[in-house]
Amino acid sequence: MTAPTIAGGELDELIRERVDSLVSARVDELFALKEAERARKPKKLAIIATKGTLDWAYPPLILATTGASLGWDVGVFFTFYGLKILQKDRKLEIGTTGNPAMPMPVPMPQLLTALPGMTPIATTMMKRQFKQHGVASIDELIELALELGVKLSPCGMTMDVFGFPESSFIDGIEPVCGATHFLTWAADADIALFT
Amino acid sequence: MTEALTVDQTLDCKGLLCPMPIVKLGKAIKLMDPGAVILLETTDPGSIPDVAAWSQSTGNPILSQDKTGPVMRFWIRKS
Repeated sequence: MTAPTIAGGELDELIRERVDSLVSARVDELFALKEAERARKPKKLAIIATKGTLDWAYPPLILATTGASLGWDVGVFFTFYGLKILQKDRKLEIGTTGNPAMPMPVPMPQLLTALPGMTPIATTMMKRQFKQHGVASIDELIELALELGVKLSPCGMTMDVFGFPESSFIDGIEPVCGATHFLTWAADADIALFT
Repeated sequence: MTEALTVDQTLDCKGLLCPMPIVKLGKAIKLMDPGAVILLETTDPGSIPDVAAWSQSTGNPILSQDKTGPVMRFWIRKS
């Protein structure tokens, strides 16, 4: 009795089919494992804060504290005017000039908004309005962010240009860093925001 | 149904706006024992979708919720 012979071409075809099915099954298996691993990892939120007015200090801090409350890994890079938010003596203000969307108690032409004294008036008004409505203060949000483990990183370049010494910053923040450090940290972020 | 739930802690966030109700809820739930129930009271208009998203994202289920006038109440179990 002779064993059935398989022609070379036919054998190659059978081997290819078998290998394909094995490889495909294994790839699916590994892919599912990776997905599960990804799902277990907390989400990562990277925010760049570039503005230092009272109103614009809110968005990065609100988003950061919310993300941290969801159990996410959150980092905020404070650069340019945003760096002022991290200063001990930050005295954030809001200007009415160039902000026609700002609700005013009386309609006011843009030119008048530039009068001396308008900025402190607007700042006091906004702080009062925020407080009346139950919005947390910037001080509270920063304290909460630190408590929740949000990484607050000051930009070294801005420090140098604006002449902010390291001693002018609040305690508990991350070491001074540059764009490279922040970007490499943010490279695998699930959400990246520029404010 | 909501009357039957035993509440271990009540968190009054009435009058507070975003992000405070969620931040306070997150902090409070961390200190609770698994299985314990917290009753959250809010008036922030975004609370219904926000608390739902927080619940789904953190895995702590909302057992029940209601709304009376401006006040929303959520019964949440720590998983």
